[in-house]
Amino acid sequence: MNAPVVSSRINMPGAGNASSGNALELRGITKMFGALAAISDVTLSVKPGERRAVLGSNGAGKTTLFNCITGDFLPTAGLVRFFGEDVTVFPPHERIRRGLRRTYQISSLFTGLSVMDNVYLACCGVSRNRFSLVRPRPDDALVHAAEILVAAVHLTDDKDRLVGELAYGQQRQLEVALALSGAPRFVLFDEPAAGLSPTERADLVTILTSLPAHIGFIIIEHDMDVALRVADSVTMMHNGRIFKEGRSDEIESDPEVQELYLGGGHAQH
Amino acid sequence: MSVADQAPRFTSPVEQRMWSERIPVPWWIFGLILLLLPVVANNFWLFQIMGWTFILGMIGLSLMFLAGYGGMVSLLQMSIAGMAGYMVAILGPSGAANVSLGLSWWIVIPAAFLIAALFATICGALAVRTDGIYTIMITLAIAAAFFYFTRQNYSIFNGYSGFNLVLPPKLFGVNWRAPVPFYYLTLACAVLCYGAVVYLARAPFGLALQGVRDNPRRMAALGFNVTAHRVAAYALTSVFASAGGILLVWQNAQIAPGTIGVSSAIDVLVVAVVGGIRRPLGPFIGAFIYVLLQVFSTDILGFFGFAADRFKLIIGIGFLAIVLFSPDGVLGLWDRWRAGVAARKAAATGGGA
Repeated sequence: MNAPVVSSRINMPGAGNASSGNALELRGITKMFGALAAISDVTLSVKPGERRAVLGSNGAGKTTLFNCITGDFLPTAGLVRFFGEDVTVFPPHERIRRGLRRTYQISSLFTGLSVMDNVYLACCGVSRNRFSLVRPRPDDALVHAAEILVAAVHLTDDKDRLVGELAYGQQRQLEVALALSGAPRFVLFDEPAAGLSPTERADLVTILTSLPAHIGFIIIEHDMDVALRVADSVTMMHNGRIFKEGRSDEIESDPEVQELYLGGGHAQH
Repeated sequence: MSVADQAPRFTSPVEQRMWSERIPVPWWIFGLILLLLPVVANNFWLFQIMGWTFILGMIGLSLMFLAGYGGMVSLLQMSIAGMAGYMVAILGPSGAANVSLGLSWWIVIPAAFLIAALFATICGALAVRTDGIYTIMITLAIAAAFFYFTRQNYSIFNGYSGFNLVLPPKLFGVNWRAPVPFYYLTLACAVLCYGAVVYLARAPFGLALQGVRDNPRRMAALGFNVTAHRVAAYALTSVFASAGGILLVWQNAQIAPGTIGVSSAIDVLVVAVVGGIRRPLGPFIGAFIYVLLQVFSTDILGFFGFAADRFKLIIGIGFLAIVLFSPDGVLGLWDRWRAGVAARKAAATGGGA
C-alpha cells in the first residue's frame, strides 16, 4: 500500500522539539463528570512510531481518555504533551494541525457528501486551503491526496457515492481514511474494527500494520485478535485507572489480565 | 438537512463539458426572458417590482448562505445591508449636506462594502458562539439596537429623518436610476451574487461551512477552526447584503431608520424561507412573491373588503402555509410536483410496455 501521506501545504509547528522524546505524554490526567471520575490519575507515555493498544471493559474510561487527548474535553487535572509541547488547553483543531488524528467509535462522517468530498475536506482541514474561495481543479494536490487516501481504504469504486449510502464496513474504512489525511504523526483509533466482518477485519489489520513506521497510534479495541496483532504494547484500563502495562505477549499471558478481561465475567466481546 | 442539495460532485476530466453546455435549457430560456423583459414590461414593473425583487433577493441570498449552508439563522442581514446603504449616504453626496461628506463614488462604494463587512464580522463574532434560537435572539437584539441607534444618533446617521436625495453616480453618462438601466444594474448584481453563491458552495470554504453545519465536532477533529469559519461566513455574506443595501438606497433615493427596522429584518427571513432557504434561487423566488403581495395586496384586500394596510396579513398567512406544508419553501413544492409528474410518467410508460 502506498503511504497515504501528503506533506505539501501542511502547518507543522513544533516538529522535532521532542524534549521528552515521547510522541504523547499524559501526566496525572483526571476527568470528573460531576462527582464521577471517568478517569483518574492516568499517566501514560507513548514513543514516536509506537503502537499501543488500550484494553478494558466498557466504562473503563478509554474513550474519555481519547477525548482528553484530542481536546474534545478538557481534563479536570493533569497534563497532555504532544511531541514535547504542552497542548493541555489547546482547542482540538490546534492539536489536529500538529499531527494528531482520531477516529470515532460511532462513525462521525458527513453523510450528505460523497466519499471523495469527505476525504477532500479532511485534507483541506490540515492545509492552508481551509478558507479558499476557489474551487479545486482536477489536478489539485489536495484532490490527488484525497484520491490516494480513498484508494488506500479500497473505496475508489465508490468514491462518488454519498457516504450515507455506503455499507457499514465501508463507512468504518472511511473513518480510518479521514484520520490519515494530511501528515499524521499520531493517530487515536477508537474501536475501528467494531461491527466489521472477519474479512473486513483482516483488511483493517493490513491497513494498520502497513502504516509508515513513523506514525504511532493508540488503538482501543475489544477484539484481542486485532489489538494484539497491530500493537507492540498494551495498556489495560479498569474503572478509570491504568491497571497494567506491558508488551503484548506479556499482557496476553498475564494471569490477572486473564482473570479480569479475557476469561473473567467482565469481557464484553 | 444534508449537503447533497443538487450540488454537483467532483467530475472526472472526461465528464467536464463546456460551461455553456452544463446549463440546462430552461435556464437559458429564463435568462433570455429576464434579458428581454424591458421590451414588454412597463417602467413600474421594471423599476418597482423587478428591481425590488432582485435587491430583496440579494439580501435574502446572504441569509440563505448563512442559514442554508452554515446552519446560522441570522436576523442581521438587513442591518448589514442598511449599514452599507447608510455608508453610501453618509460618505457620498445626499440631501442632508450638513452630515454627508460628499466624497466621490470610487471611495464611497468600496468603503461601504468594507465597513459593512467589518460590522458583519464583529456581529458575527458575537453571534456564532450561540446556537439555534439564541442566534436568532442575539442577532435580533443587535438589529434592534442598530435601528434605535440610527434613529437617535444625529451626528452620523442624521437621526429620524435619515438621508434623502441619495442618487447613484452618473457613470458612463447613464442615469442609473432610470427604469431600464436600473433594471439591468440590479439584474447584473443579482446574477453575480447568485453565481458567486453557487460557485462558493463547492469551493473548500463553502464545503467546509456545510461540514460545520452538519458535524462541527468532526470538523474540529479534521483541523478546522469552527468558530473562525462561522465568523468568516458572516463576513463573506456581507458582500451580498451590502450590494443589496446600496442598490436599495439608490432605488428609494433615501435611507432612514425605517428601512432597517425590526420588521424589515424579519421580512428578509420570510423572503428566504418562503422561497426556499436551502438553495440560492429560493430567496429570489421568495422576494418576487413578497414584492407582488406587498404591491398588489391593496387590490386583493380591497376585493375582499379589508383595509389596504392589512397586507402583512396576507404575507403572514402565506408564510404560515408555506412553513406548514413545505419546509423547503416554494422550491420544495416545485420539486415535489416535478417528482410527482415524473412518477406518473414512469407509471404510464411502465403500464404501456
